[in-house]
Amino acid sequence: MNRTWNNRAWFMVLPVLVLVAFSAVIPLMTVVNYSVQDTFGNNQFFWAGTEWYEDVLSSDRFWNSMARNLAFSAIILAIEVPLGIFVALNMPKKGWGVPVCLVLMALPLLIPWNVVGTIWQVFGRVDIGLLGYVANALGFDYNYVSDPFDAWVTVIVMDVWHWTSLVVLLCYAGLVSIPDAYYQAARIDGASRLAIFRFIQLPKMNRVLLIAVLLRFMDSFMIYTEPFVVTGGGPGNTTTFLSIDLVKLAIGEFNLGEAAAMSIIYFLIILLMSWVFYTVMTNVDSEK
Amino acid sequence: MLELRNVSKVVSGDAHVRDVSLTLQHGSLNVLLGPTLSGKTSLMRLMAGLDQPTSGAVFFDGADVTGLPVQKRNVAMVYQQFINYPAMTVYENIASPLRVAGRDRETIDRQVRRAAELLRLTPYLDRTPLNLSGGQQQRTALARAMVKNAGLVLLDEPLANLDYKLREELRAELPRIFAESGAIFVYATTEPHEALLLGGHTATLSEGRVTQFGPTIEVFRQPADLVTARTFSDPPLNTVELGKSGGAFHLDGGATVPAPESLADGRYTIGFQPHHLSLTRAGPAAVAVRARVGVSEITGSETFIHLDHAGQRWVLLAHGIHHLATDEVIDVFIDTRHLMVFDADGRAVAMPAQLMA
Amino acid sequence: MAQIELDHIRHAYGPAPKSDADFALKEVHHTFRDGGAYALLGPSGCGKTTLLNIISGLLHASEGRLLFDGQDVSRLSTQERNIAQVFQFPVVYDTMTVYDNLAFPLRNRGIAEPDVDRKVREILEMIDLGDWAKRKARGLTADQKQKISLGRGLVRSDVNAILFDEPLTVIDPHMKWVLRSQLKQLHRRFGHTMVYVTHDQTEALTFADDVVVMYEGEVVQIGTPDELFARPRHTFVGYFIGSPGMNVLPVSVEGARAKFGDAWIDLPDRPRGPMGGAIELGIRPEFVQLGRHDGMPAEIVKVEDIGRHKIVRAKLQDHAISAILREDEEVPSEPRVRFAPEAINIYAGSWRVDYETEGEGVSA
Repeated sequence: MNRTWNNRAWFMVLPVLVLVAFSAVIPLMTVVNYSVQDTFGNNQFFWAGTEWYEDVLSSDRFWNSMARNLAFSAIILAIEVPLGIFVALNMPKKGWGVPVCLVLMALPLLIPWNVVGTIWQVFGRVDIGLLGYVANALGFDYNYVSDPFDAWVTVIVMDVWHWTSLVVLLCYAGLVSIPDAYYQAARIDGASRLAIFRFIQLPKMNRVLLIAVLLRFMDSFMIYTEPFVVTGGGPGNTTTFLSIDLVKLAIGEFNLGEAAAMSIIYFLIILLMSWVFYTVMTNVDSEK
Repeated sequence: MLELRNVSKVVSGDAHVRDVSLTLQHGSLNVLLGPTLSGKTSLMRLMAGLDQPTSGAVFFDGADVTGLPVQKRNVAMVYQQFINYPAMTVYENIASPLRVAGRDRETIDRQVRRAAELLRLTPYLDRTPLNLSGGQQQRTALARAMVKNAGLVLLDEPLANLDYKLREELRAELPRIFAESGAIFVYATTEPHEALLLGGHTATLSEGRVTQFGPTIEVFRQPADLVTARTFSDPPLNTVELGKSGGAFHLDGGATVPAPESLADGRYTIGFQPHHLSLTRAGPAAVAVRARVGVSEITGSETFIHLDHAGQRWVLLAHGIHHLATDEVIDVFIDTRHLMVFDADGRAVAMPAQLMA
Repeated sequence: MAQIELDHIRHAYGPAPKSDADFALKEVHHTFRDGGAYALLGPSGCGKTTLLNIISGLLHASEGRLLFDGQDVSRLSTQERNIAQVFQFPVVYDTMTVYDNLAFPLRNRGIAEPDVDRKVREILEMIDLGDWAKRKARGLTADQKQKISLGRGLVRSDVNAILFDEPLTVIDPHMKWVLRSQLKQLHRRFGHTMVYVTHDQTEALTFADDVVVMYEGEVVQIGTPDELFARPRHTFVGYFIGSPGMNVLPVSVEGARAKFGDAWIDLPDRPRGPMGGAIELGIRPEFVQLGRHDGMPAEIVKVEDIGRHKIVRAKLQDHAISAILREDEEVPSEPRVRFAPEAINIYAGSWRVDYETEGEGVSA
């Protein structure tokens, strides 16, 4: 907690500060710059004030994408957190099963985003994909290219497959740190399985759950690669999330000012939501 | 010589160490005695240089080392947990500080074997720590601290995780091991009994303050104040608040204890150890007091009798085995030759020797 | 509350134990009577925790039966055995209030809320936590948490036994005294059968009516504190109980006298023969008398003044020996050592030999 103050230590941090400045702060300032000006190339800029922001906030397109994002994150959290906890609770606590489970769980996490997207893109295809073919052979009318519902299901299942492991691993780390005596005491007190979960396991997982929820929220809210690869935002605009929309706006339509304003709003929303999650969860924690 | 001058440590508004001044000599054994959270570990961290004091200064052999980080100081530490390198043999564990210091092979071998001999580890040099008992693991950690030849060796409750009997054995050996080295030893413990067995000097701590520092047996026999006396008593010190007038202390129930004439009339607290309270009148200096019997605990050769005197919890230590009925009201006898007297502010006013004179 | 019967119990952790050495717990055959306070005392690895776990149902013994009030519970789970346990490190439900912690075991068993309330309030008073009822359990001190652990056992009026696994380990010395005496009072008041595991002789002796001393998986003696002190059945008991432990010296015995080096020591009586194995004399430091005139000359090595008495470490014919002197006793400059004859025990092959006047089998 209270280590010796060592002034030289600050020099060690300096390279990181410089790197962060170049990689994050300066681009961010550029974006801010674009968002309050209008340009037609040739390095000509015109002051636009809050116009872009007003445009973004009053466009249906933005709010539709935003609604899709919120819905997606809500669904992802609602599935991955309980599922992650459930899997973690059922993982072996000792013996040879532990390393096997851990490796299996870590596998999806090691696969790059666009590869995951490609895997599912192929996997779900009606003509050559195993999933698509089997589903149709069994009589389900599954086609993520034409059916918005199927497209959503595909994107969600893909994310659950990719990221539930993270929640599992975090929860598992919390669970194994609970001393055996707690379980023994609960058995002696006649606690039900549910009571053990509610009064021992959940409180002890509190902190790791906070981290899991935060990470999964931020990540799912910024989802881009996988739906881009699988559905390209379609059919129609049904899987066009803010990030995809943003790219369309900036690169497809070369509307830099509006895109910049949108990314600032996007960034602030993520910051705000993360802060809300953090405060709510730490408050719950300290109240107890 | 390690000197702390008016050292304080405040962590986010909480004073962990309050205005401590101590001077510790080379070749001395110094016990820090106090309950959990009394500031023992915080004080040790300041001595080691792991933390910086909020105010005050630390001097080592006359040089100000206040800002010096722990790596630059010649300090060894032993913790309550047995901390060794699990993958190395006992030999390599002990040799590790010497290897870091770049000693030659013969010197290392000689010093490791000497330390192992001193700590009775010679038969286990080729084993790894996890194949040793807790006592042997802690001996390994101690041996490593010894060979480091540090000017300051800090031991933070090193025996707390050992069995009672192992603790007793190692505790009896420690003073001899310490005597072999010229270092300053600082030993933190919560147990008064341990401080007495180790001897040396003792600093009693309470709420971050050093309440008294001196030769262990003197601090025990002549505590400067009530807080020190309580900290240094196990079983807990028996106390009673009473008034003094006309050359005597007046206890509840009419009993009186002669008091020195020099003492002003007023309210006082008297304290006495459980073995200075007895079931039978030991001599002319004994005063009878009525008390209600709580539980009796038999240790084999002795009996601890818990008593209630006017709402005060007392413990009486009697030789032999006594079965007393709970809630019975009996006469017990205070040996007034060993009274400790404290004024209204808790300062000691008349010590046993003075009272007897 | 129940009588606990350990019927020829043995336990090995590995499969198919063959020799005696494979058993972590060698055969125990003993009955803990209803309402008794027992301590299992021994160093780490002696099997005391194994035995406790067998009673609690955490382990199922590889051999033998466990009976509560005559009923075989060997194969029952911890819940079904209806016991309570206090662990080494306090176990409380952090997110609950003190009150809810105590109510938990009752609510789990579907007891009506008015009865829960009455019982919880009664116990809260008893363990001095009445003022803390509404506080969350997480902010409490270690001793308060231990009292909650104990309270969760006490609220269930029907528990067969309360088990303690080194419950005072994390408690400061001053609080140990308070907790110990409270525990004793509670035992007296409720009369639960209690089994207390510890390596600390003071805790064991002060708590228990009967102490079970264990060593290397074996019960070496079961006795009252004074029996263990006065008549240790095995030299290990003599060493393990008492601070410092019993002095053990090699001797040879002739009649009612023992020969130690070139000195003769009077025994209270003739040991009952025949004696096999190495013969040793055991005498506790409390009964080693240091005088100026009578006895064997000794050389003082060290005197430890520990306040209420002095521990004298001396050399007697090249053997280390300890003696205890009262606070006001002086250490003679040229001391002579005498042993109080009635306090001498004779051991053959580490086991105590009865004196002829002692009855058969009362060698406890």
